[in-house]
Amino acid sequence: MSRAVTTRRKTINTVLAWSIGILIFFPILWTILTSFKTEAQAINDPPLFLFFDWTLENYAVVQERSDYMRFLWNSVIIAGGSTLIGVMIAIPAAWSMAFVPSKRTKDILLWMLSTKMLPAVGVLYPIYLIFIELGLLDTRTGLVVVIMLINLPIIVWMLYTYFKEIPGEILEAARMDGASLREEIIYVLTPMAVPGIASTILLNFILAWNEAFWTLNLTAAQAAPLTAFIASYSSPEGLFYAKLSAASTMAIAPILILGWFSQKQLVRGLTFGAVK
Amino acid sequence: MYLKYALCAATALSVLGTTGAIAETITIATVNNGDMIRMQGLTDDFTAKTGHKVEWVTLEENVLRQRVTTDITTKGGQFDILTIGMYETPIWGANGWLIPLDDLSESYDIGDILPAMAGGLSYDGTLYAAPFYGESSMIMYRTDLMEKAGMEMPEAPTWEFIRKAAAAMTDRDNDVNGICLRGKAGWGEGGAFITAMSNSFGARWFDMDWNAQFDTKPWADTLNFYVGMMNESGPSGYATNGFNENLSLFQQGKCGMWIDATVAASFVTNPNDSTVADSVGFALAPDNGLGKRSNWLWAWALAIPAGTAKEAAAKQFIEWATSKDYIELVAEKEGWANVPPGARTSLYENPNYQAVPFAKMTLDSILSADPNNPTVEPVPYVGIQFAAIPEFAGIATEVSQEFSAVYAGQQTVEEALAKAQAITNDAMEAAGYR
Repeated sequence: MSRAVTTRRKTINTVLAWSIGILIFFPILWTILTSFKTEAQAINDPPLFLFFDWTLENYAVVQERSDYMRFLWNSVIIAGGSTLIGVMIAIPAAWSMAFVPSKRTKDILLWMLSTKMLPAVGVLYPIYLIFIELGLLDTRTGLVVVIMLINLPIIVWMLYTYFKEIPGEILEAARMDGASLREEIIYVLTPMAVPGIASTILLNFILAWNEAFWTLNLTAAQAAPLTAFIASYSSPEGLFYAKLSAASTMAIAPILILGWFSQKQLVRGLTFGAVK
Repeated sequence: MYLKYALCAATALSVLGTTGAIAETITIATVNNGDMIRMQGLTDDFTAKTGHKVEWVTLEENVLRQRVTTDITTKGGQFDILTIGMYETPIWGANGWLIPLDDLSESYDIGDILPAMAGGLSYDGTLYAAPFYGESSMIMYRTDLMEKAGMEMPEAPTWEFIRKAAAAMTDRDNDVNGICLRGKAGWGEGGAFITAMSNSFGARWFDMDWNAQFDTKPWADTLNFYVGMMNESGPSGYATNGFNENLSLFQQGKCGMWIDATVAASFVTNPNDSTVADSVGFALAPDNGLGKRSNWLWAWALAIPAGTAKEAAAKQFIEWATSKDYIELVAEKEGWANVPPGARTSLYENPNYQAVPFAKMTLDSILSADPNNPTVEPVPYVGIQFAAIPEFAGIATEVSQEFSAVYAGQQTVEEALAKAQAITNDAMEAAGYR
């Protein structure tokens, strides 16, 4: 009897999980399908699911009109650079908060998180003026700095959570064995927190890749990443859904592939503690 | 020996002098409209003629507005040419943010620009942006459905006729809606349509003292008529339909009539995209016998932001892109139906273009629009589907949200108009107009 209940529950859970998965993935699937339709098929009512004349024309048009590789390279530099610099700053910060907390540590953590509640447009003009002064407008350096600063609170919070689960005694033992602070962080703490650091890097890479406010507002022709590439295919007058879908598919393909290959690492890092 | 070097140097300098200025790279911010994309594809012609290269930054319309506004107000200098419309040009020109285009070459023939376009893109008599293409709005209708309904579309119909024709053409069983109109919130979407429509009902946004006029009968008549007609003959969910949604419906044969931008004519008559391409007729936007039709006037134009270091190259580009020669170039490569319309008088005198089915109606619509006298009663502002003041975009977006809520059945016409009156008066008071 209990076996039957377990099987039924398993079936329900499986169906539920697949349904939710398909529901979440459906917009992406629809975008990919639309990218292979003509503009007329893209707006057809009733919508065409699989049975239409598949075409690569939209990809050819997008490839001809835009320098995709330049946008892609800018995205890689901006997302990769901001994530790596952010992690390098956040590891010592999270270490100090996890292992040498002061009376104000929790306040600082909350304050850092509260900066995420500020609407980005509220600081657009100050940041824009600073960028003009420093000559950083439309540069990848400028965007790496801004996006790193935007994501830094999340990186610190995530690493802090992982570090908190590492017993302080292990680090103490390393210190008693003569390890310096630098050696303690690099050779003891970091290897133990690899799953957490890896998932932090992946998650922040995705956040930086998808960032669409600052990347649109602080770039023009040189440093524009894939978000600007997508935005250039939206039109106020004229049908554009098929071409926009092709551009979107090309923009999300690299991050989807990265996510697919690193999903085990990502799930492990997000669901397990450092020493479990 | 020295003499030889000196002669060489002098010769080199004189050659440089005769070939003109040093080649530059100019950056142009633009929108993703068909005509703009075509221009990007033809940029090599400009580079071959002048040596200047062009970098394009193509953005979604609202993003473009925000982006170039930020850049121009902070003197960021990211762009050498901006694609802006009739709403921004007089405001930005008055603020000194744009370089006047008062010294264009004689061969450019500035007098050939349609007076309505030149007027809408000027401030204090000075042109601040050159029209790349212009548009008004008109009726596009299905000739086969009109015939089936036993009616004939006049060249200049009234709203009453349109309502009757819409009801007669509606065939719910076959998913045919008599009329498709914009209802989507946004000052440039449903807001633009209802404002232009209200002009023909005798309504206006402000009186001469900048007091909101939504508590007047003409506004109630406008909204009641619109809602009544759309509920009778419009598509379901029209509250969220904008230009592209209606284009899609019309191209699939689901609209008997569609009143929208003249630029749509080339889309609905294109057999590659439209299933009704061979049965589309055109007529002037309707009126109510009060002397004002419900058509608007708009132009996408090229302007140079003050502070650019490449003013000379930017002017050369504007002269090239908005010239008669450019129109000839597009006609040669893509055909006369695809040339940028609505900017130059000479285009409409060209027999090749006169053969394009929507050419005459487009010109008639543009010529019947007067942005300086848009309403029956006098108004203190310029603009037909907008009032050319900086505060308008924000106010009209909020007001159009209230109107869209009426279309969606979430509130009554009276409630929406009362809110619109309060929103507008509050904003105008805060801005110091009242």
